[in-house]
Amino acid sequence: MFEVVIGLEVHTQLNTKTKIFCSCPTSFGDEPNTNVCPVCLALPGALPVLNIEAVKKAIAFGTAINATVHKKSIFNRKNYFYPDLPKGYQISQFEIPIVEGGEIVIDFEDGSKKTIGVTRAHLEEDAGKNTHQGSVSHVDLNRAGTPLLEIVSEPDMRSADEAIRYLKKLHAIVRYLDISDANMQEGSFRCDVNISIRPKGDKKLYTRAEIKNLNSFRFIQKAIEYEIERQSSAWEDGIYEQEVVQETRLFDTAKGITKSMRSKEDSAEYRYFPDPDLLPVIIPDDMMEECKKIPELPDAKKIRLIKEFGLKEYDAAVITNTVEMARFFEDMIERGANAKLSTVWLSVELPGRFHDGMTLLTSPVNSEKLASLVKRIQDSTISGKAAKDVLDYLMKNDVNVDEAIDKLGLKQVSDDGAIQEIIDKIIAANSDKVEEYKNGKDKLFGFFVGQVMKASRGKANPAKVNELLKKQLG
Amino acid sequence: MITLKEAMKLHKSDIAHLRDDLKKEIEKKKEIGAYVEQLTNKNISEYMDGIPIAIKDNIQVNGWEVTSGSSILQGYIAPYNATVINNLLHSGFAPFGRTNMDEFAMGSSTENSFYGVTKNPHDYSRVPGGSSGGSAAAVAAGIAIAALGSDTGGSIRQPASFCGCVGMKPTYGKVSRYGLGAYSSSLDQIGPITQNVEDAAILYDVIAGHDFHDSTSANIAHKKVSDFLSPDRKMTIAVIENYLQEANDDVREKMLDGIKALESAGHKIIYKNFINTKYDIATYYIIATAEASANLSRYDGVRYGNRAQSGNLKDMYLNSRSYGFGEEVKRRILLGTFVLSSGYYDAYYIKAQKARHLIKHQYEEIFKEADLIFAPVAPTPAFEFGSKKDPLEMYLSDAYTISLNLAGLPGISIPLGKNIKGLPIGGQLIAKAYGEQELFDGALSLERELKGEIG
Repeated sequence: MFEVVIGLEVHTQLNTKTKIFCSCPTSFGDEPNTNVCPVCLALPGALPVLNIEAVKKAIAFGTAINATVHKKSIFNRKNYFYPDLPKGYQISQFEIPIVEGGEIVIDFEDGSKKTIGVTRAHLEEDAGKNTHQGSVSHVDLNRAGTPLLEIVSEPDMRSADEAIRYLKKLHAIVRYLDISDANMQEGSFRCDVNISIRPKGDKKLYTRAEIKNLNSFRFIQKAIEYEIERQSSAWEDGIYEQEVVQETRLFDTAKGITKSMRSKEDSAEYRYFPDPDLLPVIIPDDMMEECKKIPELPDAKKIRLIKEFGLKEYDAAVITNTVEMARFFEDMIERGANAKLSTVWLSVELPGRFHDGMTLLTSPVNSEKLASLVKRIQDSTISGKAAKDVLDYLMKNDVNVDEAIDKLGLKQVSDDGAIQEIIDKIIAANSDKVEEYKNGKDKLFGFFVGQVMKASRGKANPAKVNELLKKQLG
Repeated sequence: MITLKEAMKLHKSDIAHLRDDLKKEIEKKKEIGAYVEQLTNKNISEYMDGIPIAIKDNIQVNGWEVTSGSSILQGYIAPYNATVINNLLHSGFAPFGRTNMDEFAMGSSTENSFYGVTKNPHDYSRVPGGSSGGSAAAVAAGIAIAALGSDTGGSIRQPASFCGCVGMKPTYGKVSRYGLGAYSSSLDQIGPITQNVEDAAILYDVIAGHDFHDSTSANIAHKKVSDFLSPDRKMTIAVIENYLQEANDDVREKMLDGIKALESAGHKIIYKNFINTKYDIATYYIIATAEASANLSRYDGVRYGNRAQSGNLKDMYLNSRSYGFGEEVKRRILLGTFVLSSGYYDAYYIKAQKARHLIKHQYEEIFKEADLIFAPVAPTPAFEFGSKKDPLEMYLSDAYTISLNLAGLPGISIPLGKNIKGLPIGGQLIAKAYGEQELFDGALSLERELKGEIG
């Protein structure tokens, strides 16, 4: 009976080497207040100078979501006081953002798609960080001035599931473009959720709550579900007007609930005006052209993998889901690994062996090793079964694939003579079964294969075993 | 006092002597209060050796306490040099002493300084003008060879006029603002205050030029003006007739002397009118205060300067800023905050931007016919301390200077002579954007003509 209306604001830190208005490094996790200068400390007399790299990354994003990239955009001052905001205003874009009017397509398991509108994306500077210890508060300004791209969606999502799919697709796009590390834990990909409900069929937008402090997909899901429940219950209990007000709510990760942070009465008056210290951003034509050349994006890559390698839609989706996996896959292919085998070993076998937060980036088996392993299956050096043991070994030991195969003694026997010798022994020892087989009990063929493989301790090339057995048994 | 040009011929040891003599003289003339050090009984601030240049207290010098004349910045030590300071050092000059100023350059009399007032060297009962009153008084009193000031709405030209020295405001973007404590970013410019026109040209050449650290700095190679000064060049000069009529008798009389001098120097005088100055004043006080309201937000007691005792964050802001800022600064922050508020933004800030375009346009129209404009600097000579209690009345003393900042044009204030009470009166020449060569050429010709007449 209710329909949920969700719009998302994502702040993604652009992975420029230096800050957006000064030349301090943007590195994460350094000693507090070490990556600072007169500009990002807002000392008297210091002035901002725009880092053009941030603009380039914004152009790439606008291109990726099929949006208008404005040749001219303007930086404004957004005024408010907070200890982590050194100037007492944030330099942001207001009337004319650099990117306006794009779209992101989300996919569902059943193959259906939905287009989510992107209202705008604008450049701004990040604030620092406040930490509180008892009655004392500290301010770390290392992060102050880190470039952010704030990406604002249309209120087009109708469930937590759609919101998560949008975020994952957005995340994949910024990673494919390599414009952001988009690490949610480190805060380089942050999301605010605007959410309201309305009776199904109603076209009007009702009061929305804005939820902040969401640093994982799981929390976003939970927060949305909680908020839907809170707003619908209020409606049903007839206390919607009192309970649901336009406000900012914080998600309490411990309790799994959202709590009011600022009330409407305090709603900020930001007094935006154009920053007189910065000229309008005017993108030269050649720079615009250059920055519009962007790498292949997840959807295009998926279609290509299906077409080029005959991957199944599902597998192609898994492979292209993250840029890390897509890159890993393409590197394996480049090294001569078979596409279908690579898909299985990359999407199932390798991740199945990850532990303690290991990822493709930290995996001891890199694309080169996994490609070698797959190639050893392709050239019949080892069987697929043996390859699993080799991979186990490679996860724990820093050796190359051939060394591991030798070490484990898993080199496949493809030599006709050696296999024939085993076959002869097995046939001699099972004359009764040979008789049964010849009398039509075809199923016994598998028994003979099994026996030969067992006798070879799994090393005999199964194809060869099959071939020679067929010849022998007729 | 030795001129800047003369000082540049001195040997290193002579410069050291000059600095020592200057210190003695500064100590002797403490009563003037041109330097912050004179008002606080401290040794004159120094940084490196070189020909000493007095520095307004809002220009950052590495290791100096730079406070913009404010209580809120007491104890703040600047950790870097403004670009103009580095430029001085590269050319053999050195910052020498902090000159007094209206707090955050907001004022026309230097009465709004945390450190107390600076006296006009020509009459101790009168103000030196402002906001660069300390710089102008130091030069006029012979306790500085030359000084740097900053001009947002006349803050170099008006005190130069009140004190009888030369003060020049460059084209917006010609001199880097990096390291200048900001009042109004789209109007502020640093400029020289000197004993004569040639010194002003020399000092302007030293500080001008493109600076990567200031995005509004004009990205064009600086062509030295002091090497090409040609006072014999004949120009067409537009006199702003309605300003002449509005100004008081003393000012009008000196302006007429100035016009006569320009004519006898061979320049062609034409007469033009400007729109009523009430529009300039309204436009200026909207734009300047709007920008200032944001520029001064960084003085919050969090990272540096004075933090007032308080039990929570809100009180920390409230108390630090309530106690740290003076009345005029608070008035302008409030006004600026108001004009940017939702519901008023269009009516004030946007309208002021439109008016600013009109003001700029009116200059462009005149410059179609004239090479330079000649106008009074201020409606009156230096006034007495405490005589302008009403802030609006004080704002009127900027009436003839602010439109030039709104249009981003260069201007120079030149002494035209003194009234019967011995108070100096200045006139200003204004050139088109980047027309500093014409400006100095015209100024030098006027100065030469007047000196010839007087001397």
